[in-house]
Amino acid sequence: MRVPILQQGGYLIASVQSSLSDEELLQLRDDLVARVSTVRARGVVIDVTVLDVMDSFATRILRDIAQMIKLRGAPTVVVGIQPEVALAMVQLGLSLGNLETALDLEEGLTLLGEHTKAD
Amino acid sequence: MAKNNETKSKAENKEDEAKYPNIPGQPPDESTATLLRELVAHLRQKRSELREEWANRIQEAELLTAMTKEEILAEATSVYDNYVEALETGTYEALQSYARNLSERIIPRGVETHEVIGIVLLLRDVLARSLFAKYRDNFSKLNRILDAYEPAANRIANTVSVGFVQERERVIREQQEAIRELSTPVLQVRERLLILPIIGIIDSKRAQQLTEQLLQGIRKNRAKVVVIDITGVAAMDEKVANHIVQTVDAARLLGAGVIVTGLSTEIAQTLVTIGVDLTKIITVGDLQGGIEEAERKLGYQVQQVDPTKS
Amino acid sequence: MKNKFESKKPESRSRWKNFPIKSDKDLVEIRAYGRKLAREIGFNSNDQTLIATALSEVCRNIIEYAGTGKIIIETAQGSSRGISITAHDHGPGIKDIEKALEEGFSTGRGMGIGLPGCRRIMDQFQINSQAGKGTVVSMHKWVDKNGY
Ligand SMILES: Nc1ncnc2c1ncn2[C@@H]1O[C@H](COP(=O)(O)OP(=O)(O)OP(=O)(O)O)[C@@H](O)[C@H]1O
Ligand SMILES: [Mg+2]
Repeated sequence: MRVPILQQGGYLIASVQSSLSDEELLQLRDDLVARVSTVRARGVVIDVTVLDVMDSFATRILRDIAQMIKLRGAPTVVVGIQPEVALAMVQLGLSLGNLETALDLEEGLTLLGEHTKAD
Repeated sequence: MAKNNETKSKAENKEDEAKYPNIPGQPPDESTATLLRELVAHLRQKRSELREEWANRIQEAELLTAMTKEEILAEATSVYDNYVEALETGTYEALQSYARNLSERIIPRGVETHEVIGIVLLLRDVLARSLFAKYRDNFSKLNRILDAYEPAANRIANTVSVGFVQERERVIREQQEAIRELSTPVLQVRERLLILPIIGIIDSKRAQQLTEQLLQGIRKNRAKVVVIDITGVAAMDEKVANHIVQTVDAARLLGAGVIVTGLSTEIAQTLVTIGVDLTKIITVGDLQGGIEEAERKLGYQVQQVDPTKS
Repeated sequence: MKNKFESKKPESRSRWKNFPIKSDKDLVEIRAYGRKLAREIGFNSNDQTLIATALSEVCRNIIEYAGTGKIIIETAQGSSRGISITAHDHGPGIKDIEKALEEGFSTGRGMGIGLPGCRRIMDQFQINSQAGKGTVVSMHKWVDKNGY
């Protein structure tokens, strides 16, 4: 299933719905990158609350997405990482690099709001 | 127990003999199994008399003082029946699970290990005396009966006391765990700010619990900043230090920033020498300074929230 | 290459399942099974997540470097409770295992995290590989040991 992308204010919100296949994640990357340019989004939130595993592939693609979106002038925030998933990621040695994170969607939007103000 | 009372076929008797091998020097016509059967019949016949005597002896010896006479008699009856059954069948599972169950019930009432061993030895004694009374006119038979009885009785005593000790250890372990959890509170000092004061010695198990509690606490309190104060940590090795670094990273993935306070220069130096990367961690001298820094971060964010947004 | 697990597996006690790996579609099912088995064995939810993540990594390596293979997940043998995972493939093999276990080393598009990460989060970890023949990665985790 294609991950739905909502538009709210100047932001794009992608809520991952269920355990994601690789194809769907790559599709999400392409969709987001395209949408950011067409709607001139001020920021992107990716909600991964439902993911119960984040492996090296998922991490790498999320980082790629943020990078590509940044090149188009918008910040990305990943929200909803579960405590166990966070612990597994750091124990495996995975890092989201400079990608910003927040507790949930609401926090993510607040964070983007702060960025926009600061810019 | 009914299944064990059925008359046994020849083949089953053979099996019994294999379980209780003949002791050398015994008349070949009288196997240990036969003796034990005779013994079991005697113990069943004298059931009420013997268990009453046992209960009395328990009270005289001032064992199980936490229990009433009726309770002691009730437990004595169950133990007695299980005991006889173990003698009869040579299997200890039923007795073992009864011993565990009994221990579970009496441990919370403060019954001590020596009391449990004491009552089992008393039962052994009561039964041996009764055998002595029955067979005192036939001394060689008495000896043979006792020879058959002793090893089985020892094993039973062993089973019961080991069951008790294991149960007791389990209870103690659980209590220790509960205490451990109590001693690592995650405190909320103000909205969105948590403090995790770590005190004492951290082993790997506790480090794990600390992390889990902190991450759950971040979610529950929607914390944005966490101050981990390690002033009270007795010693820090590479493992623990790396664990703290991981905790900081994990908290960040949930969207919370972490400030570590109370890291002495000596410890910091040692950690750097053994290769722990502290550069990604914000450290502030003491807890007070850490809280101020955290509030600055939160305050900065509060000021930045634009009321006209969304 | 000898399949160690199948040759010495006693029939009775261990529960196990063999997953043929063909594409990334297999990931979802294998992670779900690994998590479920881990939970039934008695692992806490953190460990369940670690086990599912390790499975994901070895599964990805099979798809990425060998194309196809299989993964066996089973309850550990011996007296302590635990889980064993063995990933087999007949792919190109790993020339320099030491190197492959270095963090950051990758011959593909990856970050070089999978194998060293699995070694860190599991209690036992071993690679047998022969260039041109294939690779076997076997790893174990015990319930009562505290992993770092
Ligand atoms: N099953 C395999 N067959 C052949 N080579 C392998 C196999 N698994 C791993 N390798 C080799 O070992 C290297 C390291 O593997 P590892 O999983 O640690 O990192 P990666 O797959 O390159 O990146 P990441 O896992 O972070 O996405 C790979 O780049 C590859 O060269
Ligand atoms: Mg890999």
